[in-house]
Amino acid sequence: MSAEAPAPRYTLYHPRWYRRRVSVWWWLQNPTYTGFVLRELSSVFVAFFAVVFLWQLRALVRGPEAYAQVLARLGTPLFLLLHAVTFLFVLIHAVTWFNLAPRAMVVRVRGRRLPDWVIVGSNYAAWLVASAVVAVILLRG
Amino acid sequence: MPEKMALTVTRYRPEKESEPTAQTYEVPFRKDWVILDALNHIKDQLDGSLSFRWSCRMGVCGSCGMKVNGTPKLTCAAFLADYLPGPIRVEPLDYFPIIRDLVTDLTDFMQKLEKVKPWIIREREKPLAEGEYLQTPDQLDAYKQFSMCINCMLCYSACPIYGLEPSFVGPAAIALAQRYNLDSRDQGAAERLAILSAKDGIWECTFVSECTKVCPKNVDPAGAIQQYKLTGAAHWVRSLLLPRGTR
Amino acid sequence: MRPITPFLWLLFSAGGTVAALLFPVHVFLTGLAFPLGWVEPPRYEALYGLLRHPVTRLYLFVLIALPLFHWAHRFRYTLYDGLQLKHLTELIAVLCYGTALAATAMAAVLLWNVP
Repeated sequence: MSAEAPAPRYTLYHPRWYRRRVSVWWWLQNPTYTGFVLRELSSVFVAFFAVVFLWQLRALVRGPEAYAQVLARLGTPLFLLLHAVTFLFVLIHAVTWFNLAPRAMVVRVRGRRLPDWVIVGSNYAAWLVASAVVAVILLRG
Repeated sequence: MPEKMALTVTRYRPEKESEPTAQTYEVPFRKDWVILDALNHIKDQLDGSLSFRWSCRMGVCGSCGMKVNGTPKLTCAAFLADYLPGPIRVEPLDYFPIIRDLVTDLTDFMQKLEKVKPWIIREREKPLAEGEYLQTPDQLDAYKQFSMCINCMLCYSACPIYGLEPSFVGPAAIALAQRYNLDSRDQGAAERLAILSAKDGIWECTFVSECTKVCPKNVDPAGAIQQYKLTGAAHWVRSLLLPRGTR
Repeated sequence: MRPITPFLWLLFSAGGTVAALLFPVHVFLTGLAFPLGWVEPPRYEALYGLLRHPVTRLYLFVLIALPLFHWAHRFRYTLYDGLQLKHLTELIAVLCYGTALAATAMAAVLLWNVP
């Protein structure tokens, strides 16, 4: 070429390329996505129960009458239903959490990577032990 | 065994339409045919105007990624027999602009790949006279899985975060950054962490894990990202406790 | 300014682990077994006795605070991605972490001042 032509610029925003919009219902289009959103929403129920805990704590500090009132409220059908749903979602949280744990942690013992089932299994074992300890403490008293 | 099978293929001809349409073709059914064979049959015998990318036809080049019945797949690895009785929906990969028919523009990924510096970074290059770098099988094992990536971009098409937030660096780029971070010859981990710890880096990922599910080479990009988050968090704690001790 | 996201992710992970390990048994007992009478609930005096122990108070603080920060981080991303509320990203962050912080502060005050 005899003349110095400017280098062609590659444009990212070609007007004729078709750009598909992502629908706000993207999470309903695929069962895995829906499961993912349910898993994420389980955190709402986790927060709900943390607040219930706080409410109980406040009543406990205030005295036996306040605490008895909270217990009575917990026995109403509304709260029983709420807690049944909360229990379901807390289980979803726990199971998905333990199953995903080995992906984030690569534990190497003497150069070999520990297989996934060891890490998942240890998580479930810890869950069992922790639950048993809490149950014993609360049921003994 | 049926004689024919229907393929419903996305068509987009920007010179004459403003939106993609779908066109159905009947191809012969052969039990050893993959979808790429069917597409090539369409182009050779039925409709020469169909555009699509392909190259090695054996799952190592990463060119032929498309959505088959809604799932991102390599069309050279998807057998017609697995989709009987059909029809099979073949669409371009999600979240990339469509240039024509089944061809998408991949510049965004290329830019992101370059951004994470996917090469060995050394403070000082070892001169030839000092010999080669030595690496034990265990050291190779540490990053080998992440080196299997063929840049097919099925993971980007599966990642809803990339779809909702196009500036997200994305699974393959992060997995490739990890491949170099974990390489014993590399000294650039701090540099890459600085880049990927920023906005639109690893912290955007919410561990949907669809990327790992669709990866044809078992790279497990979701695992790479979660491990990278752990490394990033540990680095943050160390920099808090020892402000001058970290590189 | 050092980015704070790694710290928020650590809180999210810790909270998620605490919630996964301990919430199922607590929800089951407090929310279902005790109110429905499947097992005898602990008496007020026994619970209060437990509460006075500093270890219990630390345990309760961790049990309330960390899962709330887990929720805050996760819910923030769910709103941002799921409902595509990008333009409200700062407001969402403030509301989520702010709520968690407020509840944590309330728990800390209560637990510190147990008579």
